[in-house]
Amino acid sequence: MAWARKILRVNLTSGTCVDEALNMDWAQKYLGQRGLATKYLTEEIDPKVDPLSPENKMIMATGPLTGTCASTAGRYSVITKGALTGAIACSNSGGFFGNEMKNAGFDMIIFEGKSPKPVYLLVQDGSSELIDAAEYWGTSCWNTEEGIKSKHGDPLLRVASIGISGEKGVKFACIVNDMDRAAGRSGVGTVMGSKNLKAVALRGTLGVKVDDASTFMAAAAAAKVVLAENAVTGQGLPAFGTQVLMNVINETGALPTRNHRDSQFEGANNISAEAMAEVRPSDGKTNLITNAACFGCTIACGRVSSIERDHYTVKDRPEYHIASGGLEYEAAWALGAATGIDDINALTFANFICNEQGFDPISFGATVGAAMEMFEDGIITTKETGGIELKWGSAEALTTLAEQCGKAEGFGAEIGLGSKLLCAKYGRPELSMSVKGQEFPAYDARGIQGMGLAYATSNRGACHLRGYTVASEVLGIPEKTDPLATDGKAGLVKAFQDATALVDSAGICVFTTFAWSMDDIAPQIDAACEGDWSVENCMSAGERIWNLERKFNLDAGFTGKDDNLPKRLMKDATKSGPAEGKTSGLDKMLPEYYAVRGWTKDGIPSNETLNRVAL
Amino acid sequence: MQKSLSIDPGKCTGCQQCELACSFDNEGVFNPSKSRIKVFNFHDQGRFVPYTCTQCDEAWCLHACPVDAISLDVVTGAKIVSDAVCVGCKVCTIACPFGTINYNQSTGKVMKCDLCEGEPACADACPTDAITFVDSNWTGLEKMRSWAEKTDAALQAGA
Repeated sequence: MAWARKILRVNLTSGTCVDEALNMDWAQKYLGQRGLATKYLTEEIDPKVDPLSPENKMIMATGPLTGTCASTAGRYSVITKGALTGAIACSNSGGFFGNEMKNAGFDMIIFEGKSPKPVYLLVQDGSSELIDAAEYWGTSCWNTEEGIKSKHGDPLLRVASIGISGEKGVKFACIVNDMDRAAGRSGVGTVMGSKNLKAVALRGTLGVKVDDASTFMAAAAAAKVVLAENAVTGQGLPAFGTQVLMNVINETGALPTRNHRDSQFEGANNISAEAMAEVRPSDGKTNLITNAACFGCTIACGRVSSIERDHYTVKDRPEYHIASGGLEYEAAWALGAATGIDDINALTFANFICNEQGFDPISFGATVGAAMEMFEDGIITTKETGGIELKWGSAEALTTLAEQCGKAEGFGAEIGLGSKLLCAKYGRPELSMSVKGQEFPAYDARGIQGMGLAYATSNRGACHLRGYTVASEVLGIPEKTDPLATDGKAGLVKAFQDATALVDSAGICVFTTFAWSMDDIAPQIDAACEGDWSVENCMSAGERIWNLERKFNLDAGFTGKDDNLPKRLMKDATKSGPAEGKTSGLDKMLPEYYAVRGWTKDGIPSNETLNRVAL
Repeated sequence: MQKSLSIDPGKCTGCQQCELACSFDNEGVFNPSKSRIKVFNFHDQGRFVPYTCTQCDEAWCLHACPVDAISLDVVTGAKIVSDAVCVGCKVCTIACPFGTINYNQSTGKVMKCDLCEGEPACADACPTDAITFVDSNWTGLEKMRSWAEKTDAALQAGA
């Protein structure tokens, strides 16, 4: 129960689709989604495989709660070896696609090989076929989603697709479902493109059952009350979205600005939640149209926005005079603060383009920031950029590059390399603000010390969603810790990482953990699924999943030396705000972290630890 | 007192908890495709609109049914399909001007909202009160209240 107990295995080389039973022994150890798909991936591919070769596999996976009425239970993840990082990649998305996959009868879809020509997969209630995608190849995610629905005459199909960026190898291409939700990071869309797989279209009417329905309904209802009564999930997120953080993090002195040269942005207020709600003089409307929920979500943090119609980006382009997924905090930061741009219309437009053409706004914005620094330093000139004046704060440069990157054209194609390759190409590798090749999100590791450790040790490269210690260090959830202190952060990071690994394996959204502890989550899993999913077992499954991912990365060739931060964060002190004068204390935290993890001083899980977590 | 479902699309976030609750209550599984209430997502306008049967007094479906499979629940006012009598002819789906009665392939019968015997699961599940179950004589009460407040506020401001 809860699980559909079925996998769809799609061999793109031979063009075959085969059902197989879900390995329930593994499901009892790794739950679903992130954990279970990682188990399948690590069993089936050589960790040293080239991420863009046919030998890499890509798994779309739901969790056991996906499709149930537990709040936020509509998630799915894409698990593969990441194109941007070469590390394990697991990108989580909301929207409605995950629920549809479960209702179509599958816990996960494993894609292997490479199609000789562009195709898309159509799955309807357990039956599946690969269909020629020539008419959609070379078009956007938006065009593909609308085209497939219209071709099959079925507006209820749910579609996940890649844009031109994913076809053409932009390293941080994502997979976009439901127009504006995305499996965003690590280049999972690039992997999909390398397989000549344009889209996956699903329709499901089979239903999702749970093991102990009455216990489950009571647990889910109680947990929804917890979300509704919590200040963050009940008020802050629905009203302001994740953008509620823009001014908060800026005031904390941890808003990385202009490629981390500064840690406070003078234009932060202009790109904040408050700015999105301001009435525009030109048309009397606000940037924010409404909030929106993903499937089954009682928080509804999503932003739906519009661009001012006479803004230079959309002036004679009515196709962009629409409401669509708007600025979330990470995107607003990367497109704005990381580049020094405070034009909210330009940021919203760039965000629309990221959704339309399927690429990650975090890596894109951060890479533009790195390119701007090289331009300002004279390392890159208008000769390389094709005439674009890549100056700090230039909205025109950002929006031009967004359109170019979406089609992998001009200097936008170079931005599509990601900051690590781009900075190396121009001889300034130290300017890439990344870990394991993946760009930082919106929290400065010098002003929020725990995040430095979380970034350095994140299994998918720099990421805020692997161990969000911001919750504790800034928001005081579950208890307040000092963001400038390093003491105790090793244990804090481990606890967040293990809990998040379990949440990401269940089918629910990590944002629930602003309000939910494992005491709220475990009873829902336990009632929905067979087996013993006590709080204790959930936490140990989380730790098992973390170590499994770590093992994959070590086998892929990463070592403890890759658990690092750029020199800038280790040596250059922040210049302003409450964190002024700070550098990252990673040197102190990392050995403590290895110790609390039960890893050797080189960062390798000891045999004792592997036994303890049953690996 | 008879009650009716009252829908305020402005409050809807598009989460589909109503569809989950409806399908679970009626079918025992979570399955939005078997829900009697449906949320429409007008993506490019940023609008979400729940829609279901309004239980017409002179119900087209009831009058059109050739085998009298649809009857009135005098307590709740709901028009209820009897699966034992329904022959799956779908004439009611043609007669209904609103499209809120639909054929269910897996049972061979039609299905529509039956107000859950007076405790609609959708209203109970809605996290934002976009769907409420209120006095049938006063489904417009909240709208009137909000306009009364707006009108009065404008008058006060002008005074």
